[in-house]
Order: sequence, then structure tokens, then C-alpha cells
Amino acid sequence: MNIHAQTTRTAAETALLDAYAGRIAKLPGDASVTVKRDNAVEALKAGLPTRKVEAWHYTDLRRLLSSIPAFDATAYAEKIAPVLTGSSVLPVLNGVADKAPTVEGASIATLGEKLADGSLGDVLGIADRDDTIGAINSAFVADGFVIEIAEGAKITAPIELQNVQAGGQTHSRFVVKAGAGSKATIVERQTGTGEALVSSVTNLDVGEGAELLWLILQEQPEGATHLGQFNVRIGKGSKLTLFVMNTGGRLVRQEIRASAAGQDSEFKLRGVNLLAGQTHCDVTMVLDHLAPDTYSTETLRNVVTGKAQGVFQGQIRVAREAQKTDAKMACNTLLLSDEGEFSTKPELEIFADDVACGHGATVTEIEQDHLFYLMARGIDEKSARGLLVKAFVAEVIEELEDETVVDALEEKIGHWFAEHG
Amino acid sequence: MLEIRNLHARIAEDGTEIIRGLNLTVKAGEVAAIMGPNGSGKSTLSYILAGKEDYEVTEGDILYNGESILEMDPAERAAAGIFLAFQYPMEIPGVATMEFLKVAMNAQRKARGEEELKIPDLLKRVRGAADSLGMDMNMLKRPLNVGFSGGEKKRAEILQMKLLEPKLCVLDETDSGLDIDALKIVADGVNTLRSPDRAIVVITHYQRLLEYIVPDSVHVLYRGQVVRSGDKNLALELEKNGYAGVIGEMA
Repeated sequence: MNIHAQTTRTAAETALLDAYAGRIAKLPGDASVTVKRDNAVEALKAGLPTRKVEAWHYTDLRRLLSSIPAFDATAYAEKIAPVLTGSSVLPVLNGVADKAPTVEGASIATLGEKLADGSLGDVLGIADRDDTIGAINSAFVADGFVIEIAEGAKITAPIELQNVQAGGQTHSRFVVKAGAGSKATIVERQTGTGEALVSSVTNLDVGEGAELLWLILQEQPEGATHLGQFNVRIGKGSKLTLFVMNTGGRLVRQEIRASAAGQDSEFKLRGVNLLAGQTHCDVTMVLDHLAPDTYSTETLRNVVTGKAQGVFQGQIRVAREAQKTDAKMACNTLLLSDEGEFSTKPELEIFADDVACGHGATVTEIEQDHLFYLMARGIDEKSARGLLVKAFVAEVIEELEDETVVDALEEKIGHWFAEHG
Repeated sequence: MLEIRNLHARIAEDGTEIIRGLNLTVKAGEVAAIMGPNGSGKSTLSYILAGKEDYEVTEGDILYNGESILEMDPAERAAAGIFLAFQYPMEIPGVATMEFLKVAMNAQRKARGEEELKIPDLLKRVRGAADSLGMDMNMLKRPLNVGFSGGEKKRAEILQMKLLEPKLCVLDETDSGLDIDALKIVADGVNTLRSPDRAIVVITHYQRLLEYIVPDSVHVLYRGQVVRSGDKNLALELEKNGYAGVIGEMA
């Protein structure tokens, strides 16, 4: 997929291709699905992207993904308590969909079934030549969930898509269609215990006038590689708030490929990246404003400590017909260590002539005067730093308004800080 | 309670000496006023008492209840009972004032080995203190000092002082930026804290505040030294003749 001369394959590249040869017989899907898988592997034969590929410039996957664990048939993952109490939990345990509860207003099937009966082959495939995550996932995906939220359904209890790995490789996918006028809160939980290679792709369609809050909480253990991709099409007059929080993983890339496709649609991206240790975490967004009067805001807050490296690439493309687009993007980083790094690359591509688009980025350290002020009131240094870090990300979280959500996220941030602050 | 002995201090970054052999003693129960022209080292002295890292003590000592505080960090000093009311209180976005008060009060209680305050008890105390200063509780839901007017910030400082019940209060130009009504409220707040086991150091440029907080002693700071000490009449004399007279004696 990436047009560059490949001399020799890396160990990881070879392992991926070998894994496919060993896996294909066990993967679900009719002939149409198998074609998609084969095409994806063909694309992977060109090699993993390097820094010479612009979309991967800050995350040289070929260098960073130095080895790949084998599939582990004995790995056993267990369902865990949901982040929001009272959620309907749809577990994918080490890549296999477990029993799902019934959710009123929604129909739920496993991805495995849908691939097997050939009714869902269309979601697999590669979007463009930068789509390495789509290629890996399309080749290997075995299971996940397919959810259809009925027209007008207001789903009160949150739905938690719980992707838990226990090592080896897991490749899963969530396909969600929110019917016109529906309303729901969905948590996509990416977690586990092993040094796994995880690919997880979501395909979401937000129907006319629907309103969705989608939270991706990536909290993989230190040794894991997490390749996430969130694809969404936002319909006329509908609203999607996507909240992404990365607090773990060794090598993480979370792609967001969104299109504000219907008039008056609204997309909000809120991101909190808490990066410690040796983590390399990349959030890459490509947002297309395709229709008039569309509105988007993207706010990211990053905290970097240890030797962690963070990346945010935000590309907003405004089509010629998307007049009156209003888009604002901001990426702010708090650096807590000398060895941490954060790279930000905003890009605007505007083809319409009557739009308001803006972006801004800052990198700062903890304000010494603020720290002194808090300490002068008797708050010890560690707690004072904790308060200031929480304050830095609090704005993004408190904006979510739902108190249960805000409390749950603040608790997670508290845990992260207690461990890494 | 407070004894400053031959204190020399400089700005850590560039070595500029600001405090040059300062001596000052303030007893428990005493209200001491420190006055002086701009640039005499008043604010620097307040920061050094609170433990700000930007300054380096090169000679001398600061004793609090007979023990040196130079090795203590700002949080330890605060927990020991030293409080600085800032001339320019920091605006801290994202930290709700109420949350901050809770954390600060409980941090100090914890450091002293006392139990944490329960929420109803905490609210009751905060409400009582806020009422006495004419502050609206709604203001405390806002981020700390963010968007507060100059007067509101100063009241918030006194509110913290009332709630934290320090033993040594240092007020750095608390009168600056206050209109006369706010000044009276703030002064009342300070006066209610006067007690035999508490010392208050009022740093001010003008005599005006001292009409409302009547000091037991007045000290004139000039070029980093106390050049003259006296009772409240010294402040009146300064008001009448300006600093030139006192400083002139020095020259």
C-alpha cells in the first residue's frame, strides 16, 4: 500500500504474513470476505509504513513494531466491571465475542456470525494507502459486535464494548448503526493483561438527528501494541461527541476517520492522553466536512512524563460544498519530564470559501507560581502537582456534563496520577 | 513567635541581593506593620517567609517558635501555621475554589495528625467565613480566583486565612486594589483573627490600612533592612512626612 522500495522484510513483517497463512483457515467469512482478507494481506506485503510516509511520519511503524507475538489459543481473558455502573456489557474476550445481554431498542449480533453468513463483508477493506490498521484488521479480524440501534430509540443505560486481551494477538471490530433520532452512550473499552498486538476497528454510522456520546478508553498494559481505528459518518442534524482517553500501552495509534456528511451535523472530539514510561502514543484524526453548516471542535489535552512520546495529527478537510463550516482545533500539552516529547501537526485543507476554521497548539510545563500558591496553603508538592495536572485535563472532561461519566473519568485520572505522577 | 536574625537573601536566578541584614522580632499576640517605599524588599520578605524557591537565603536565619524554618518547603511551613495572603493571588483554571479549600484544609489537618473534615462540617465552616466577608457561595464554585475582581481575590485570601486558622499571618499589600468598603470588610476579617496566640504581620505601602488594623509595632524597611521601628505613631509620621524623612536619617 505504501509505495516504497522494500529491501528485506523485518521480523515483524514476516511474522504478520506467516500468521495469516496459519490463521486463514480458522477465520470466519464467505468467499467475499476471503477476497477482502487476501487483498488486505497483499497490501501488507508492501511492508509497514516508515517515517517517509507522511501520515506515519511521527510513528515509524516499521521501526517501532519490532516484533509481533504469535496467536495464543490458550490465552484466557475475563469480563471486567464496566466503567459506568449499570452499563450493558458486550465483551470480546481475547478476540472472541462472549454472550451479550439484550438491550432494549437495539439488536445485537456477533461480527463472527455476520462475516460467516456474508452479510457484512462490505465493512472490511482498506480506505487508502495509509490505511495499515484497516489492512491488518481486515486480514485478521475474527469477531466483535454488530449493533443496530432502532430509529428513535433512547437507550438509557450505557453500552460498554469491552475488548479485553490476555496476550498473543486479537483483532476485533465493532459495527454500529445508530438509527435516526436515536440516543445512546457507548463506551469502547480497550484493555487487557498481556503483551499483545491488538487491532480494533469501529465503523459507526450516526443516522439523521441522532445524538451519541462515544468514549474510547484505552488502558492497555505496558507491553501491548494497540492499533485502533474509529470510522464514522455523521448524518444530517446529528451530533457525535467522541471522547478518547489513552492511559496505557507501549505502542499506540488511534486513528479517527470522521466525516460530517449531513447538513447541520456536529462532531466534537475531546482527547486526554496521559503518557508515561516508554509509551509511544499517536492520535491521528482526518475529518471531512462534506456538507454545509457543519460544526466541529477538537480539543486535546496531553500530559507527558517519563520518556513517553506523544503525537497528535489533526487534519480537517472542508469540501467545496461545505459552506459555513465552523471548525476549531486545539491541542495543549503539559510536559512533566525533560525526556518526554509531544509532536503536534494540525492541517487544514479548505476548498469552500465561506468558512471559519482555526487551530492552536501549546506545550507548557507546570506553572511554578501555581505550584507555590497551592503549597503555601499546606498542600504537599505531589498532591499540588496532581491537582494542577487534573485541572489541566478537567476542562475537557467536565464539558461532558454527565456526572457519572465525569466522575468515572476523573477517578481513572486519579489512578493514573497516583501511579505515574 | 517570629524572629528574623541578620537575614541576607538574593534572587536565586541572577544573584541580586534584596534583603541585606534584616532583623525583626514579632511576638505572639502582636500585630506588626512593615512599611517601606517601593523596592525596599517588602514583598520579597513575605515570599521568603512562605518559602518561595526563587529566593536564596545566604546568611542569617528565620526562627518560628524558636526553630529555623529555612529547610522547610512551603507546604511544611503552611502546615506549621504560617500563612501568606498574596498581593497578587494566582488564578488557577480548572481547580474549583471549594475543592481547593477542602484539599488545603484537610492537608493541614492531616499534617497535624487531625481527622479530615466531613463535608457538612466543611460546608458549614466555609459558609460562615464567606458570610462574614460578604462573599457569595456561588463564587466558590468557580475556578480558584479565575475572573475574580481585585477585591474578590483579596477577600478570597482572607477567607482562606480564616478557614486555615494560621498562627503567623503575613499580609502582603492586602489593601492594594481595594475600595474603602472592601477595605473595611477585609480589615474586620483580619481583626477577628487577632488573638493572644497569633501574630500578624501587615505589609503595606500606605498608612490607610493601619487605620482599620491598628498595629502594635511599625517597622520601616529600606534597602532590605529594618531602618526604624516604633509604635503606631511611626506610621502617622510617615504618612505626614513621607519616607524621605526616615530614609534621610539613614543616609
